[in-house]
Amino acid sequence: MSETFTLSINGIQVTACKGQTLLEVAREHGIDIPTICYHPATQSNGLCRMCVVEVEGMRLLQPACVVPAQAEMKVQTDSPRVHRARKTILEMLASTADLSEAPEIQRMMQAYQADPSRFPEAEPRHIPPIDDNPMYVREYSKCILCWRCVQVCAEDAQYTYAIHFSGRGYHTRIDTFYGLPMTATTCVFCGQCVGVCPTDALEPKSEYLLEQGKYPFPFR
Amino acid sequence: MITPDRVVRTVCPYCGVGCALELHVKDDLIYRVTSPFDSVVNQGNLCVKGRFGYNFIYHPKRVTVPLVRRYLLEGQPRPPRAEAPQASYPGNGSTPSPWDWIETDWETALNLVADHLVRIYRESGPKAMATYGSAKATNEDNYLLQKIFRALFRTNNVDHCTRLCHAGSVTALMQSLGTSAMSNTAIEVLDSDVFIVTGSNTTENHPIIALHMKRAVRERGAKLIVVDPRRIELVDFAELWLPLRPGTNVAVFSAMAHVIVKEGLYNRAFIEARTEGFEEYVKSLEKFTPEFAENVSGVPAEDIRRAARLYATAKNGAIFWGMGISQLSHGTASALTLVHLALLTGHIGRRSTGLNPLRGQNNVQGSSDMGVMPFHFPGYMRVDAPGNAEKWEKAWNIEPGGLSRELGLTTTEILSHAGPHGVRALYIMGENPMMTEPNLNKTRHHIEQLDFLVVQDLFINETGVYADVFLPATPFAEKDGTFTNTDRRVQRVRAALPPRGQSRPDWQILCDVAKRIEARLGRPTAGWEYQHPSEILAEVSRVVPEYAGITYERIEKEGLQYPVWDLKHPGTPFLFSETFPRGRGRFIPLDYVTAAETPDDEYPFILTTGRLLEHWHGGTLTRHSSLDELYPQAYVEIHPADAEMHGIKDGMMVKVSTRRGEVALRAHVTEKTTVGVLFIPMHFAEAAANLLTNDVLDPQARIPEYKACAAQVFPLHEEMLSPLPRGRY
Amino acid sequence: MSDIASLIQPYLSHGRSGLLPALQAVQAEYGWISREQAAEIARLLHVPLAEVHGVIEFYDLLHNKPRKKRTLHVCTDAACSLRGADQRLRDLSADPTLAVKTDPGEELQVEPSPCLGLCDHAPAMVLENGREWRILGLNGEWMDRPLSLVGGTVRRITARCGNGRTSLSAYGGYRAWNRAQQLSPQQVIDEVKASGLFGRGGAAFPTGLKWESAARAEGWPKYVVCNADESEPGTFKDRLLLADDPHLVLEGMRIAAYAVGASKGYIYLRGEYAYLRPILEQALREAQEAGLLDGFEVEIRMGAGAYICGEETALFESIEGKRGFPRIKPPFPTTHGLFNKPTVINNVETLANVPFIIEHGAAAYRELGSEKSPGSKLFCLSGDVARPGIYEAPFGITLKELLEMAGGMAEGGSPQAILLGGAAGAFATPRHLDIRLTYEDLRQASLTLGAGVVMVFDQRRDLRQVLLKIGRFFAHESCGKCYPCQMGTRRQAEILERLASGRLLPGDRERLEDVGWTMSDASLCGLGQTAAMAVLSAIKEWPELFTPS
Repeated sequence: MSETFTLSINGIQVTACKGQTLLEVAREHGIDIPTICYHPATQSNGLCRMCVVEVEGMRLLQPACVVPAQAEMKVQTDSPRVHRARKTILEMLASTADLSEAPEIQRMMQAYQADPSRFPEAEPRHIPPIDDNPMYVREYSKCILCWRCVQVCAEDAQYTYAIHFSGRGYHTRIDTFYGLPMTATTCVFCGQCVGVCPTDALEPKSEYLLEQGKYPFPFR
Repeated sequence: MITPDRVVRTVCPYCGVGCALELHVKDDLIYRVTSPFDSVVNQGNLCVKGRFGYNFIYHPKRVTVPLVRRYLLEGQPRPPRAEAPQASYPGNGSTPSPWDWIETDWETALNLVADHLVRIYRESGPKAMATYGSAKATNEDNYLLQKIFRALFRTNNVDHCTRLCHAGSVTALMQSLGTSAMSNTAIEVLDSDVFIVTGSNTTENHPIIALHMKRAVRERGAKLIVVDPRRIELVDFAELWLPLRPGTNVAVFSAMAHVIVKEGLYNRAFIEARTEGFEEYVKSLEKFTPEFAENVSGVPAEDIRRAARLYATAKNGAIFWGMGISQLSHGTASALTLVHLALLTGHIGRRSTGLNPLRGQNNVQGSSDMGVMPFHFPGYMRVDAPGNAEKWEKAWNIEPGGLSRELGLTTTEILSHAGPHGVRALYIMGENPMMTEPNLNKTRHHIEQLDFLVVQDLFINETGVYADVFLPATPFAEKDGTFTNTDRRVQRVRAALPPRGQSRPDWQILCDVAKRIEARLGRPTAGWEYQHPSEILAEVSRVVPEYAGITYERIEKEGLQYPVWDLKHPGTPFLFSETFPRGRGRFIPLDYVTAAETPDDEYPFILTTGRLLEHWHGGTLTRHSSLDELYPQAYVEIHPADAEMHGIKDGMMVKVSTRRGEVALRAHVTEKTTVGVLFIPMHFAEAAANLLTNDVLDPQARIPEYKACAAQVFPLHEEMLSPLPRGRY
Repeated sequence: MSDIASLIQPYLSHGRSGLLPALQAVQAEYGWISREQAAEIARLLHVPLAEVHGVIEFYDLLHNKPRKKRTLHVCTDAACSLRGADQRLRDLSADPTLAVKTDPGEELQVEPSPCLGLCDHAPAMVLENGREWRILGLNGEWMDRPLSLVGGTVRRITARCGNGRTSLSAYGGYRAWNRAQQLSPQQVIDEVKASGLFGRGGAAFPTGLKWESAARAEGWPKYVVCNADESEPGTFKDRLLLADDPHLVLEGMRIAAYAVGASKGYIYLRGEYAYLRPILEQALREAQEAGLLDGFEVEIRMGAGAYICGEETALFESIEGKRGFPRIKPPFPTTHGLFNKPTVINNVETLANVPFIIEHGAAAYRELGSEKSPGSKLFCLSGDVARPGIYEAPFGITLKELLEMAGGMAEGGSPQAILLGGAAGAFATPRHLDIRLTYEDLRQASLTLGAGVVMVFDQRRDLRQVLLKIGRFFAHESCGKCYPCQMGTRRQAEILERLASGRLLPGDRERLEDVGWTMSDASLCGLGQTAAMAVLSAIKEWPELFTPS
């Protein structure tokens, strides 16, 4: 704990110390700020923008997971602007990815009264499941591009770099070098990626089989 | 997404890192393994074995009923081994044979075990009795096993696979410092500015520790020196790589010490305050010039100098090592050279420094702590030192003088002494010497000399096929207990599943065996009535001061690093801040020693053996799991220059032979190995590396020389292969 | 040495930062990058395989599947589409020989392209043949460099533009650089601050403040980056300056480097301007030989087809050899920019303003323009004006005056809508014709000047088709990092498809507003923040367009 100071969140004075993000300060004080891409074991990128908050004096909404808390800041974590952004992001997400195995996100959708069918004729990202190794299955129709898997495979944990992004924009995907099967890459099947995936886009093969009512192991 | 019936936190059964696992169970099926991100050992990271390698628990070949050979059940003598059928259970042959495994009940099996052990004990005395403990089983299991053989059979022929692993390191540390455990905590490497990794392919054998090391280099600017004959993955992160010829450790590290002394880079204050024998030692370093080391090892003298300077001038220098140091006929000397480096520079006794032998098995540290060792009672009390045996006689209700004070036989010696006038009965718990002992052809000959072999395990492996009785034990997920990891952390193992079939936790089996033995011997009981494994650990804590403050309550959440001197003591992340257990650290002068068998015209290669990420040691577990699908067959690593010269192409079948045996397997042409060096992993029975290895032992540690022997390789035509059934070679 | 090794030899010493040049070299030589070639590059540069793959996949001009050697890029963005680009694309796809000779061995593929920065050559197309790029001139001939039309009431910055040929002797010496060296770096900064110069790339940040911040920042080395990634649809002013007066820009860079203490400079040139590379290289050589760049090493880096790489932090990522994902700000480039070092990044036109300020002083500079918007601006006129081209004028002229400079409306039409600022801009209408073109006046009217795009649509144009082009542009260019833009540009484009084909659904307007405001309010970078600006301004101006059918 280095120097401490106070700021206000939703009108409440809270204490923070240098180096803390607004998200950390809020959570410490029991103030809820929803997050999707954030994970305590990976670098924060502020990319899902669910954690955006209003900060007086700043024109745009600010991502709480990366913005450092500063003295005298006045923060609103649930204003109409914030609410509109979060609700719309959730509605877009529901029309993009299969969220059937992401209960936390589904809970958020309920909390923000987001309508999963808000976007008729929206083209979801549909990608057939990839089952190319004995350990885990990749169902990228469920991928919400939170970046966690790529990061833990890189400098956040493994330094293995087996996966990265392909494509760009809406059609970005997680991919291996030239789409090779996972067993032909540097992947060591540590499963850190499976461990951080928020939507079961990456799932242990045994769980994937069990979900389908099958015996989870390759032998009987 | 499945909603689990329960999520149970336990410890990984594979390597010595001791990662925290959360087993997600539904309908008694473990379908997912996670790890809490705030776990102190591994921060939520796992390797493929911990995360996906558990389904051996469910393999159809797992034995869940006690098995007894027909000849034993019928009271017949064992027929000649030559008549033993190739097949083993399941799949007894179509016509009944005395070798058939017969399923029986626990009562029958345990009685037979007790009957025959006691019979042999009565006929031939303590010297005929021996046991192998299991570095995979819990502290409680292991403690009870050595208690049986010491208290009931009055023998110290008690040992386990550390003999084949870090015995060299342990002996060296005992001689010089009076200790035998890793001095620091692995994750402290994040604050080391220089660290040496030698004889350890950490990425594959201690994956999570390798993650800490990689982060130390990439994020904290630490400088890594790798001293290894192979271009292991850590070389990509290294400041310096010293690719020494296998078996030349003493030369290289002594040369580093030589440089440190000659250039005045040693820590005078530390040496004066904390060590002894410096003057003698310095004289012995004269011959170990960097040029001499270059000559024998192939490492450029200038790199040796650079490494020495880097390590000596570091603020916090640490040394991590593995089998490449210990598994040599001069493993003790080899490890001593590392101790010397730490003593010269004072990089010991502080955070982020230290002498860190990376213990392999999930509970090899614990098995050693629990006294599954021929020279030591639990707590490293020498059997031949006054006062020690008395403590245990008191604890175990044994008449004064009852316990043996003679040094027992080590694993390799136990087998080499098998015979009518030596070791007649052997009880093997969770060990596979028929894959892991050196010179397997000779080992096979030895094991066939035993009169009675009990195997307590999950699968009938290459050793189990020689057993007379097979007792089905439970794996880690079906029992409670504790494991002690490589940085001395005692952690809780918890059952997530009920025992499968009729299998039982090892500690319960052992208590029942013990009681039957006691009844037959007519002795007062040494104490086998434990309601729960916590009571077993409590018994240990009462006698072993380092474990005094460890209770199941205290280790409920995170585990404690011993020594834990009392119930308030918080545990000890790093050792030796004030003093060494023997007082001062001792410099022990060394001569140059190298591998017993060096290349010649007939066998021009050096064969070194080791492990893979995807498999575990003898393969009993991993070859019965999904890991075998991931990595199904053995490869010999050969350098492109050698491959070219011998007409070997990548993927080609080749034969590798030594003076002791030969194996057929595919070649992998790679620059991961160096010119003149072949590498074969030890895991594959159909290409068992230990058929080739040399059973010459280090005179002090009695550890075999797995890391260097002379070999030859030549291409094999596919037609020359004969299909080898699993379990036979 | 392998073929690849010798091909990428010059980039090996750059490590990861050499990745894009290495890939571009192979791309130029073979027309695409095979898996084996990519693996070899990965090995030689010590870049993980999966990341090499990810980089190739990000950039439009890098390909990992077999292709013909030559590509005909046909612009189909708004200004070109007004001149029949869409039909042109269809015709050429069926028969490329309509535009290019294709003898055996000269096969090519015809592909649509986002705005090529040749709006004054609409309908524009360029022919890519390895490193050699040619432009289809207005006379129907293939040319090495564009012939630009330059006009305006003021020719301060464009003094030497419009003539084609250039050289150091034609430019004269670097008189401003000589003057700068007689001042202290802080004095140079003070002069730039006093001039009120602000960025010409669209963000309009005060240049002097930016330089001062970098000068004060700790870190070494420091960098000056010239952002020549001009890709905003409707913008082509930087193309003009680099083609016709590169020394003006180089001199500005040299002065900037002196002011902040930078020893290394980069010119990041968009890939589709590859035909400008020889001109820049020649200018650099001349300047280096004359000793004008001593102590300041300048390197040209080519973009590879990504509008987002005009965003300053994405540009840094690109030079560093990665996918062009923008970074979170703060920290800002002046303290943590290229290679995480203090960096000044300025638009081409901004740098082009610097020599005048240093040579003649801030007061002289301020003689033109307004109090808050001093100096002159290069306006890019395109669409339904008689003479599309670059017009330099002082800030403060009216929109009407600017249109008149460009010859008024083409074919006697009347203006329906004027897109100010490009695809990332907003629509002005006839009621704005008297508005003074300064940043402050436009801001009052909820409009923006951006980089200076003035794209005119006359009364016959179906604005819904224009909006569709804009929507498709952003969906194509979104980097995909942050959710509002990654998904929002896609959803917006889908609704605009319905709009353009007359199938708007009930609730679509509200969807556009929610998506639009979410992108504007919550996106990570300027692309997402402006991706809905045109649509939202159209909803305001022409609500009747957005009633469901």
